[in-house]
Amino acid sequence: MGTMFARGLKRKSAEDGEDVEGGLAGAQAMPSYSLQRQSLLDMSLVKLQLCHMLVEPNLCRSVLIANTVRQIQEEMAQDGTWRVVAPQAAGRAPLDRLVSTDILCRSVREQEGERPGPDAGDGHTPDLVPGLATVPSAQALRSPQSSLWEVDSSRENRGGFQKSLDQIFETLENKTSGSVEELFADVDSPYYDLDAVLTGMVGSTQSGHGSGLQAFSSATAPPPSSSCRSDLGELDHAVEILVET
Amino acid sequence: MMPGIGVLTQDTLWCFSQVKGTIEIGATEADIISTVEFNHTGELLATGDKGGRVVIFQREQESKNQVHRRGEYNVYSTFQSHEPEFDYLKSLEIEEKINKIRWLPQQNAAYFLLSTNDKTVKLWKVSERDKRPEGYNLKDEEGRLRDPATITTLRVPVLRPMDLMVEATPRRVFANAHTYHINSISVNSDYETYMSADDLRINLWNFEITNQSFNIVDIKPANMEELTEVITAAEFHPHHCNSFVYSSSKGTIRLCDMRASALCDRHSKFFEEPEDPSNRSFFSEIISSISDVKFSHSGRYIMTRDYLTVKVWDLNMENRPIETYQVHDYLRSKLCSLYENDCIFDKFECVWNGSDSVIMTGSYNNFFRMFDRNTKRDVTLEASRENSKPRAILKPRKVCVGGKRRKDEISVDSLDFSKKILHTAWHPSENIIAVAATNNLYIFQDKVN
Repeated sequence: MGTMFARGLKRKSAEDGEDVEGGLAGAQAMPSYSLQRQSLLDMSLVKLQLCHMLVEPNLCRSVLIANTVRQIQEEMAQDGTWRVVAPQAAGRAPLDRLVSTDILCRSVREQEGERPGPDAGDGHTPDLVPGLATVPSAQALRSPQSSLWEVDSSRENRGGFQKSLDQIFETLENKTSGSVEELFADVDSPYYDLDAVLTGMVGSTQSGHGSGLQAFSSATAPPPSSSCRSDLGELDHAVEILVET
Repeated sequence: MMPGIGVLTQDTLWCFSQVKGTIEIGATEADIISTVEFNHTGELLATGDKGGRVVIFQREQESKNQVHRRGEYNVYSTFQSHEPEFDYLKSLEIEEKINKIRWLPQQNAAYFLLSTNDKTVKLWKVSERDKRPEGYNLKDEEGRLRDPATITTLRVPVLRPMDLMVEATPRRVFANAHTYHINSISVNSDYETYMSADDLRINLWNFEITNQSFNIVDIKPANMEELTEVITAAEFHPHHCNSFVYSSSKGTIRLCDMRASALCDRHSKFFEEPEDPSNRSFFSEIISSISDVKFSHSGRYIMTRDYLTVKVWDLNMENRPIETYQVHDYLRSKLCSLYENDCIFDKFECVWNGSDSVIMTGSYNNFFRMFDRNTKRDVTLEASRENSKPRAILKPRKVCVGGKRRKDEISVDSLDFSKKILHTAWHPSENIIAVAATNNLYIFQDKVN
């Protein structure tokens, strides 16, 4: 399947002041691990919010996605990349936000050579990254903004939950150049154009009625992305349902 | 016919027998089959669909004339089991999709089955009627009451034969016991109780009592923000009415004994395979989530299905499975895309054959896989209309992972991920299998020599 970014992708200016030449070995034509991890995080958060509005969302799926989000956030907190404002170019192509490469599917051992270390700002090479073997357990690191499931103590009221959502959005905001609305605006088009994007990379053996990874029909549950535009009111409602306030 | 013979030697060839359901043009989403189940004798085969309907097929008596054609399954009864509902409190629809059907063992002339959607379990009685009472004294032919003044004699109605009618009536409705979505139901071996499991709780019911149930497992945390694990499937032990297992989204299985305490939050046994740290990725947990758990007929083993594998566990060994079978390991490098398009959350089921020697599960592209536990051979077959000539032998399929693709192989990128085989069933004693492919039900039998 290869990577979708292989062709025509310009090298990014490094995040976190990393030295680009310092050791993103083999990632010359591919976005860095950090970028892809960020993309996976964005994708996961969108998945949590773009739920089926008519029917109660699948709790198992939501829990698994939330756990994935938590894992990523904990890893980022460990890296020290969680709070850093990344000077990401505002004019980046929306494609960059999508992650369909192999990198995130690779085992940790393979990734070891590419991940930024906790003190990446010093220009350490990724080889010095310590303790990558396991992702810390959920209990180990908890940041207040870390999870959709985590709300402050005044839990059972909407206001409390709203605040927590805001924290998440705030955090996202820090990582992007634009506002929250812009974040979703950015996300909308690439996700809705998923078909177009993936068509270009999946092989040439597509049949007329759309086989392949990109064009799964609506034979099963309705696709989460196509018809729900997220505005905050709906998000509140959806997340509220998720935690059963 | 030797019962349960399922050795996948070269002698066992699977043949197309029948296909039920519309061809693509007329198919609607409501026709998508969501569960398949043989009854305990294999005489009946039930399917449930997204539209809340149940269709029961009955095997016809084998005729001496057509020895080569073993009994075919024909429609026996069709009924609407569940209707869509609206939860006004949450402003959400409750789907009518039938999540599971489980048969009760037959105890009289009628057949009983449990069917469930996300919230409500129903007990259905399916019975035959081939006689009709005629000659009522107090009513006329149309059923209207006669003027009592005109009645001068007493007449006892007489039963007269009529065309066979199969009627399904709901005998019990077990409602309002589940806050979350029901994923499993399982009939206990005492035939008096059954359990229903949702994402966070398992309830025990008595068939006769619909207005209350016992909660036997509750994993809902006090604070929902601490929720990290849900129940994915549950089943009673086939012989020990006090034991049951349930699986979780973290890849664990718990065996519980109801004699130990009323609330079975503490397990008797805990089955979990240690994680392979070299294989860890952000998707590790998701692909370890167990989508189905099934006891073997013997009760000695349990089989679990996660996204990429099927595992067989010995009840006496908790720290790892005794067998692991790769269903479609070529998807391991595609997990990111499968996460993106949500396929990674597909819940595949798995089944044992009658003698527990072969296990079967579905995959994508309408492929399904069988693993012979004794010979360690496996085969990939396809449910498709192209292979649907009567008694046509199914040709094994192969997915090409990389390099040069041979003529009959299909490459991973050409797989159709919208064609997924989630639900299959195996006849309790014979080599007859039912495979649900979206809105079609395929029935395959082994070749009779």
